[in-house]
Amino acid sequence: MQMIIANRLTDGRVVFMDDAGDWVNEIADGLLLVSRQDADEHLSAAQQAVEENRVVDPYLIDVAADAGRRRPVLVRERIRAFGPSVGLVPQSRGVI
Amino acid sequence: MYRYDEFDHKLVAERARQFRRQVKRRLSGELTEDQFKPLRLMNGLYMQLHAYMLRVNVPYGSLSSRQLRKFAHIARTYDRDFGHFTTRQNIQYNWIKLEDVPDILEELAEVEVTAIQSSGNCVRNITSDHYAGRARDELADPRVYAELLRQYTILNPEFSYLPRKFKIALTGSPRDRAAVALHDIGLRMHRNEAGETGFEVLVGGGQGRTPFIAHTIREWLAPEHLLSYVESILRVYNMYGRRDNMHKARIKIIVNQMGLDRYRELVEADWEQIRDSVLKVPQAEVDRINAYFEPPEYECLADIPDELNDVRARIPEFDQWMSANVAEHRVPGYSIVNISLKAPGLPPGDMTADTMDAVADLADRYSLDEIRVNHRQNLSFVDVRQLDLFTLWKKLKLLDLATPNIQTVSDIICCPGLDYCNLANSRSIPIAQDLSRHFVDVDHLALVGDFTINISGCMNACGHHHVGNIGILGVNKRGKEYFQLTLGGSSDENASLGDRLGRALPQDEVPAAVETIVDTYLAIRLDGERFLDTYRRAGIAPFREAVYNPVQARAVA
Repeated sequence: MQMIIANRLTDGRVVFMDDAGDWVNEIADGLLLVSRQDADEHLSAAQQAVEENRVVDPYLIDVAADAGRRRPVLVRERIRAFGPSVGLVPQSRGVI
Repeated sequence: MYRYDEFDHKLVAERARQFRRQVKRRLSGELTEDQFKPLRLMNGLYMQLHAYMLRVNVPYGSLSSRQLRKFAHIARTYDRDFGHFTTRQNIQYNWIKLEDVPDILEELAEVEVTAIQSSGNCVRNITSDHYAGRARDELADPRVYAELLRQYTILNPEFSYLPRKFKIALTGSPRDRAAVALHDIGLRMHRNEAGETGFEVLVGGGQGRTPFIAHTIREWLAPEHLLSYVESILRVYNMYGRRDNMHKARIKIIVNQMGLDRYRELVEADWEQIRDSVLKVPQAEVDRINAYFEPPEYECLADIPDELNDVRARIPEFDQWMSANVAEHRVPGYSIVNISLKAPGLPPGDMTADTMDAVADLADRYSLDEIRVNHRQNLSFVDVRQLDLFTLWKKLKLLDLATPNIQTVSDIICCPGLDYCNLANSRSIPIAQDLSRHFVDVDHLALVGDFTINISGCMNACGHHHVGNIGILGVNKRGKEYFQLTLGGSSDENASLGDRLGRALPQDEVPAAVETIVDTYLAIRLDGERFLDTYRRAGIAPFREAVYNPVQARAVA
């Protein structure tokens, strides 16, 4: 499974593309892409969002289901999705 | 503290207004990200893993309490209540919104601080000894010359599109606390045979994926020629630097490929053309800049070793702090106090807004209003009356800022790593946290003594791992984080690059490996040897054996 991740232009926050083509903050609300064709089509739509100045640098990430919860496969993307794994960040959920 | 002159004020205000217009054009879509990126980088704005990151300069590491309060205000108002002090004597904010940046830059300009040239292929923040102007062994205050270079290189069109970033560091002391040999240009004050104070000029140092210790390009340079000589070095770099490959674009690559002698020939030939030009710095100009540094008003006091020794004898904890964190001052009756931002378990260099405000209040009261940021990610109060040391210690303790670990095994340099940084391969902060929780016994820290551990989350080496006594480099192997250890690095006046210990280790094996290295040092050191001395005498073999073949090592021992 894959998802599309990006940074929102205005505040740089990590966002995920959802099934309406909007950009949402939570990985749980994003769109899961199961086929290669699906992924390619939505990545093209994401590029359109770049041109519309909504997001910056969208790309596909691999996601696995872990106890009913979506979890990016790579550490880097887990940190992007869930926040830093370390303290001093009041809003961090610190899940890795 | 340096105060802006009218030119500084005008330039910084104009730059903030210019960036406001650029941000507006980006948000409206008039500028694409590709067009905007070089503009935002010139104003210290990056896109990192979670958000925009803003890097703000602290020129030569010198801050007033008013400026630190503004940093706290920025953290509280525009970020998540904290900032991160870096090895470049700067502060970084990790959660900045693009739309807020113009307001932030204007707020910073109010207190004479900017983010100009904190990124991009230009001359970056000029760094210096954090004891500048206060160290007892100093020949002259290097900050005047750092400021001269700052004024000359800021927004200078000739240095705005260099092949790659360019870092300059200065020290006025023979004891190098500014890692000058690890910079593109390092400037070391010393006296020539005639007894005149000038600069040894070093060139081509740097870390990253291809580390080099800088070479001495000129043994002694009269201060009046500082600008012209630096300009000639930059001109030759601008001409010959590789713009086709960013990994080979730093001056260190060119100097080492063409050879120091050839580089020197080119620089000296260029310099002959300009050395007596308008770039020659008259003493009057040095004096003019010097006048913008408000000299601290010291009281007429005497050193009070007996009184301090009485308190130290009664309170061992204060004694440990005095030994580890307090340094000599050139003025009698005063001391330099190092404030550790490395309490056990905390990310090195991070500081909350409330703590910044509290430190600013303490600086007002106990440090003649001045704070320094040093490249080991700690702060210093550089003008503390010895009469106030005990009171200040108690107040710092309440803020968890009195850990007596400066230049010890738990005073760790650490880059933001994969928790924040777009370039990182692995996390670095959790390793620093593990180690600082591991080495909490203050008596043990004192027993081990002078020690540096530096951690980087990738080969770009922002955590200076090449020059840590123990360097730790995060690598990524098939999607998993591993850590490569190096031994024997040093960034002082006898700088050296670390040697690779062996295969990379998983995170949970790093603290035990570090402890083994420390224990091996304690077992084989001779009287008076620091870790670095022991390593240079005994070599890597006993440490390698102890970490990778513990059973055999024990049998041999």
